[in-house]
This record gives sequence, C-alpha cells and structure tokens, in this order.
Amino acid sequence: MDTRVTKKKLGLKERYAAMTRGLAWDTTYQPMDKVFPFDRYEGIKIHDWEKWEDPFRLTMDAYWKYQGEKERKLYAVIEAFAQNNGQLGVADARYINALKIFIQAVTPLEYMAHRGFAHVGRHFTGAGARVAAQMQSVDELRHFQTETHAISHYNKYFNGMHNASHWYDRVWYLAVPKSFFEDAMSGGPFEFLTAVSFSFEYVLTNLLFVPFMSGAAHNGDMSTVTFGFSAQSDESRHMTLGIECIKFMLEQDPANVPIVQRWIDKWFWRGYRLLTIVAMMQDYMLPKRVMSWKEAWEMYAEENGGALFKDLARYGIRLPKGWEIACEGKDHISHQAWNAFYNFAAAAPFHTWVPTDEELNWLSEKYPDSFDQYYRPRLEFYRERQQAGHRYYSKTLPMLCTTCQIPMFFTEPGDPTKICYRETTHGGDKYHFCSDGCKHIFEQEPEKYVQSWLPVHQIYQGHCFKPGVDPTQPGFDPLAAVLDWYDLNVGRDNFDFEGSEDQRNFATWRGDAPQAGSAKKGGAA
Amino acid sequence: MNTVATVSKVFIAFQDNEEARPVVEAILADNPQADAVYSPGLVKINAPGHLVVRRATIEEQTGRPFDLQQIHVNLVTLSGHIDEDDDQFTLSWNQ
Repeated sequence: MDTRVTKKKLGLKERYAAMTRGLAWDTTYQPMDKVFPFDRYEGIKIHDWEKWEDPFRLTMDAYWKYQGEKERKLYAVIEAFAQNNGQLGVADARYINALKIFIQAVTPLEYMAHRGFAHVGRHFTGAGARVAAQMQSVDELRHFQTETHAISHYNKYFNGMHNASHWYDRVWYLAVPKSFFEDAMSGGPFEFLTAVSFSFEYVLTNLLFVPFMSGAAHNGDMSTVTFGFSAQSDESRHMTLGIECIKFMLEQDPANVPIVQRWIDKWFWRGYRLLTIVAMMQDYMLPKRVMSWKEAWEMYAEENGGALFKDLARYGIRLPKGWEIACEGKDHISHQAWNAFYNFAAAAPFHTWVPTDEELNWLSEKYPDSFDQYYRPRLEFYRERQQAGHRYYSKTLPMLCTTCQIPMFFTEPGDPTKICYRETTHGGDKYHFCSDGCKHIFEQEPEKYVQSWLPVHQIYQGHCFKPGVDPTQPGFDPLAAVLDWYDLNVGRDNFDFEGSEDQRNFATWRGDAPQAGSAKKGGAA
Repeated sequence: MNTVATVSKVFIAFQDNEEARPVVEAILADNPQADAVYSPGLVKINAPGHLVVRRATIEEQTGRPFDLQQIHVNLVTLSGHIDEDDDQFTLSWNQ
C-alpha cells in the first residue's frame, strides 16, 4: 500500500483532463482523415470526441504505479507456489485439465486482445478513447505474460501445455476462440470495442474470471486464482471502457443506434457460443464446486445483464437477439459440450472423464430440469462401457458451424433431444450453422464468413498433414496424420484421464495408494 | 431477467484479503442497503440501485491516508455506471 502523503496540486478530474486531452493535438501536415483512416467507414457518427469519458480517470502515471503493485503481489504468490510445490496441493489432477484449456484457448486471446487494442488505440481520433485502448493493450499483454508464467510451472509436471501457441493455429477446437477474435479484429475500431469491451468483457467475462477463479481457489490453486483475479482487476477498467464506448456512440447520434444494436446482437451471440467451453470447465472440471454454470449465468448474465439492458433501454437499445435462447441454454450447454469433448478426447490435448457418482449427484441437484432426464444416463452408459474396457473415441470429423466453428452438437430451442441444424446458400454453395443466431450473423456478412478457416474442411482438403504425407496410401489413418501435424503427443496429451500419465504421476508424487482396478482403461481407439 | 419491476442491483467485488478488508468494511458502513457475499478468495458486495465508496470512511478504518485509485489493486469486478473523484466512487443504474 502507498503510505506517502502527497498533496495533489490538481484534483482527479483536472489531472485526467491535463494528461489526456491536454497531450493530444490535431495533425497539420496531413489531414486528420488520412492519419486516422479507420474511424469513419463503419458509419458511426461522432460529433464531439470531448464527450468521451473515462469514469476511472486513470492517467498513465497512476496506471503504471498500480499495475506495478499488482505485478509484485502476483509474482510473490507465483514464486511461493512454485517453491512450495503448490501443484501437489490442488484438489485432484483432473483439475489441471482446466488449466490446459486456459493456456490453449484463453491465454492466446489475451495476446490477440493486446494486438487488437494496440490497433484501435492508434486509430481513434479521440484522445480519451486512444488512452483507454492503449492502457488496455498493455493490460492484455500483461495477462498473456502472467498466465504463461503461472502455467509454465504446471507445464514442468503435466502434459498438454507444452505447445499451446502452435496448437492455437491448428487444433480444431481452438479455431473457435481464434475465429472469434479474428472476426473482431477484422472489424472496424468501433465494432471491435462493441465486440470485445462491451459484449464480451462487460456482459460475459465475469462468467470466466469470477466464479471459475473462485473455483480455482477452492481447489487449492493459489497461483491461478491470483493471476485470474489480477487479470480481472484490469477487467473492471475494460468493462467500463466497453459501457462508456456504447453510451458515447449512442449519445453522439441517433443514427448510431441501429448499427450498435446490430453489433450487440452479433457479438452477444458470438460471445455466448465461445463461453460454452467455460460452462463445461465450470461444471465438469472443478472437482470442488463453487457454483454451477447455470447459477453463474443467472447471477452474471440474467441479473446483471438484465440490469444493464434495462438501463440502456433509454437509448432505444433492447436485449440482444437470441437472449432468451441463451438463457434456456443454461440447462444444457455445459453437458452438451462435455459430451462432445468426451467423444473427441483422442483429438484434443487434454483429458476427459465421466464424473464420479458424487459429482453426478451434484449435477443432478443443480440441474433438476435437465440432467437426470437427458445427460446423466448417457454418462453412466459411457462409464459402463469404459469399465468394460471399451472406452469410445470418435475418429470421424464432425460438421462445424460456419460462424462459431463449434461442432454441431447444440440442440433445438425447446427440444433438447434434437440437434439443431440450419443452412443457407450463398454464391451457389451451401453453408451450415448450429443455430438461428449463427445463421443470421453469416447472412449479415456472407463475404466475410465464406473465408472461414474451418478445421474439418481444411483436413478434408489435405491442408492439415505434414509435408510428404500421402493420404492415398492404403491404410492411411487421417486422424493420426492430423495429430502428428498438430505435434500432439499421442498417448500423453490426449485420451481419458483414467489411465493417463498425469493421473499416475500425480498419485505417485502425492504418495497416494494406487486405486484398484482403475488403471489402463484408456488406450487406443 | 427481472420479470417484476425491481430495482437493478449494482455490485463491486474485491479479492478477499487484508488490503481490501477496510474498503469492504467502509462500503458496508456507508451503504446500509448493501450485502456482502463471500466465496473462496472473493467478496462481492451487492446493493440495490447504487453504492458509494468514500475515502474518508476508509481512512477512518485504517487511520492513514487512502487514495481511492488504490482500490484498483484488489478490485475484481463491478457493475453499474461509475462516477469517481478524489473523495468518492459511486456505482449506479439510471433506473
């Protein structure tokens, strides 16, 4: 804590004005439009950038001071964790698989966010917006680094973390977060802020960083909870940037309202789909539970998001399209995602498993309207098969949604027994979608989404094998060739947790007695 | 979703640690309508309509000067419109 007693010469508001507006200028050698070519073409009309407010009024000097303090605290914890072999104190080695998803799917997004905010921080003509975006760009780089540092300790002991940035560009399920962010970054600066700062950070990231990180603490992972909350402390500022940007656009010109509404519709749905994996992490990958995905959704999306949209109604903004369907999904998506990953466990660099009876009971209690009826019998069947030595691994390639790139496993609104399929035709080709939301997004910008790098299509086109591989050879195993191209360590990074090297090592290091009859149920498909 | 007409809640959450404790206590003292919910590592304070964080109350708790921007160090998340100056930090919804 800061114990210096300094008498400030300027109040917070004056200091903020002096350190942002006071340091900006309009260009004279070149016209402003040429220097800032990107902040007009989206159609957002800005009449007075002076109206942009950063309610935190954080100036660069204060920013560096408090960020430095956060870093010192964080690294003290990470070091103590490493020195005390904290990895052995986590509740259960299955939990580590949530960290694998974190380093594979979330951490690379921090880096993408760093780049995205650096870009918009350069391209807004308003100084207040530029300063806020530049701070966020530095924050995101910090998150990428602190997450990498914290998880690198686990990488010394566990599989599935050694190649995250290579996988990010290749592995099928990582195309979901990657395409989300590339979609945002290839929009204009106002769409980017609506996508990332507002729809994702304000409406949805609490669901990732708050209950999940509290869960990490509950599972004995002080390292993760500390980087998580340290990152989330910046997130408060990011969320504020998101809501301020929305209010600013809406107040500047009524013609902005329909544009902003369209972006909110699009990015709420994109973000909701992306968070499916967080839903699964929360319900299935935290051995000691804090709250269910459904409870977190009710607290952070329904209650808080509801309050937000009620407040924004005065500008003519309504709830995002698909909101009701997303709320209905709270009973289903975590279970549907876990089912998909359980079946594709040969092809993803983390382990899956059937929850224990105690965990199944917890899910039954938390999901009284869906779990026993639709999901529990399936998991019990999988366990029966696995215990009989027939752990099933799907080796076929699933159809992907062209927009969100998630395999088609979501069900019809109102009927959780029927897979939801939608399609549309563009330029003579047929495109497939997981939902009305994703189909609608495609139809708004088909020329963008026809360029999607869909992993399954790419595999079928032969783009996901190492050079020299001949798919026409007799006995060619396409999945093995793809995993080789991923540089996935087959037998160590993938398959069931039961029988995995992680499971054996963790038990050995902790001195736990081997569980009778539990080993070697996994193995090749 | 609020199906009945209720006052929207604002919230602010901190890491549950010794640095944040006087801030949390000051908020609860200044906002009788607020309640604190603890979960592992985290304390989340909810309040209907609005919530205020006052520098003076935190300073009374700790007996030393406090810069309100220090809350950034242990802040986890918040919700509502923010207004901040040197003496207080408020969160509110417009309706």
